Amino acid sequence: MSETIIEMDDVSKWYGNFQALHNIDFKVNKGDKIVVCGPSGSGKSTMIRTLNWLEAHQKGTITVDGTVLHDKMKNIDEVRMNVGMVFQHFNLFPHMTVMQNLMAGPMWVRKIPEVEARDTAFKYLERVRIPEQADKYPGQLSGGQQQRVAIARSLCMSPKVMLFDEPTSALDPEMVSEVLDTMIGLAEDGMTMVCVTHEMGFAKAVADRVVFMDEGKIVEENDPVSFFENPQSERTKDFLGQILVH
Amino acid sequence: MRRFSDTQIIALLLEHTQWTLLLSLMAFAGGAALGAAVTVMRVAPSRGWNIAGAVYTNLIQSVPLLLLLFLIFFGLPLAGINVDAWMAAIVSLVLFASAFLADIWRGAIEAVSRGQWEASRSMGFGFGLTMRKIILPQALPLIIPPTGNQFIAMLKDSSLVSVIGVWELMFLARTLGNKDFKHMEMLITAALIYWMLSMCLEFIQSRIERHYRTVSH
Repeated sequence: MSETIIEMDDVSKWYGNFQALHNIDFKVNKGDKIVVCGPSGSGKSTMIRTLNWLEAHQKGTITVDGTVLHDKMKNIDEVRMNVGMVFQHFNLFPHMTVMQNLMAGPMWVRKIPEVEARDTAFKYLERVRIPEQADKYPGQLSGGQQQRVAIARSLCMSPKVMLFDEPTSALDPEMVSEVLDTMIGLAEDGMTMVCVTHEMGFAKAVADRVVFMDEGKIVEENDPVSFFENPQSERTKDFLGQILVH
Repeated sequence: MRRFSDTQIIALLLEHTQWTLLLSLMAFAGGAALGAAVTVMRVAPSRGWNIAGAVYTNLIQSVPLLLLLFLIFFGLPLAGINVDAWMAAIVSLVLFASAFLADIWRGAIEAVSRGQWEASRSMGFGFGLTMRKIILPQALPLIIPPTGNQFIAMLKDSSLVSVIGVWELMFLARTLGNKDFKHMEMLITAALIYWMLSMCLEFIQSRIERHYRTVSH
C-alpha cells in the first residue's frame, strides 16, 4: 500500500454563485504521475490550485501530506514548502538572477546555509541543462529556458509532489519539447507529479492515470491506454476527437 | 514700528524657509509611516482591513486640505483636545500625505503581477517575506517618481498652514508684505524660493530615479 500524498474528498468550490468544482474526489499516492486534462473552463487549473491553497475550497476536505487545508490553519507555508508548483507563465522573480531565484526558497524558508543552497541550485540547473545561465536575469532567457529554471526552482525546495499548471501553454512550439523532456526526466526519477496539460503525447508517455474534467467535475479517470483507446463518456470522446485530430 | 533692511528681509525669509522645509519633512515622514500602514491594510489578505484602508484614503482624499486643517485646528479643541497651530498643521499634513502615499503605493504594489505573489506564496514564503523580498523590490521603480512628486506637492501645500498662523515661509511673506505695503514684492520673493526648493528636489528625485533605472532589470 503506497503512501497517500494528496487526497481530495468531496471538494466543492464556488466563485460567487458560480460553482467551479463539483464534489471532487481525487487521490495522489507517492510516485504517481497524473495528467489532468479537459476543455478550458473545466476547473482543472482551479483544482490543482486548491492543492496548495492558492485557491480556497468551501466544501469537502483536502489533505496534503497529512495536513488538512482549512482557513484557520497556521502552517500553510509549511505545506507549501513541500508542494512544488510550476506555472503557465513561469513567474520567475525578475529582479533576481537565475541563481538567486533558485537559492531564495532554500535559504529563506528552509534556512539552508548559502554554500549548500548554491550547490543544490547548481545541481538542478545542470539537471535542466542550463548551468551557463546561472548569473543571467529571467528576462534574458527564452520562454523554454525560463520554464526550466522555474522547474529547477521548485526542485531546490525538495518537494514531495510537483504540481504543473499548463507548463507548456505559454511557450512557442519549438520550446515545448525541451520543457516536456525535463518533465519526463523528473517522472523517470520517481517524482510524484500532477500535471494539468494538453500534451497528450506526454500523458501517453509518463502518466499512470489520466483525469478528464468538464464543467467542474471529474468525468473520467483511467490509465492512459484505456483512456485514449477506450474512453467511456461521450464528453471524453468529443474532447479527444478534437485535440487528437489537430 | 521698526523697518527691516533688504538683507534682513532676505535673512528672515531664508530662516522661515527652514520652517517650511522642516514642516514638510516632518509631515512627509509621518505621512510615509502612516501611509505604509494604510498600504499594508489595503493589500493585506483580509477583506475587513482592505475596506477600512479604502474608506480612510477615500475620506481624507475627498476633503480639501484647508478644510482638514480647520477641522483639526478648531474641531479638536471643541472635543477637549488642545492643539497649537504647529501640531494642527503637522497632523493635517500627515493625514493628507498618508492617504495620497498609500494610494500611490497600493497602485504600484498591485501593478506587480499576481503571478509573483502566487509563485512566492506557493514556495512557502509568508506575506511579509513576499512583500519585502519579492513585491516591493519590483514596485520600487514605480513608487519613486510619484512619491517624489508628492513630496514636492507637500512642500507647496504646506503654505496653506499659514492661514492658522504657523510661522513658515508663506506666513512670513504675507506678514512682511502687509507691514511695508510691499505685497507683490514679498509674494514674488516667496514664489522664487518655492521655485528654487522645487528645482532642488526635482534634481534629487531625477538622480534617485536614474539610480533605480540602472539597478532594476
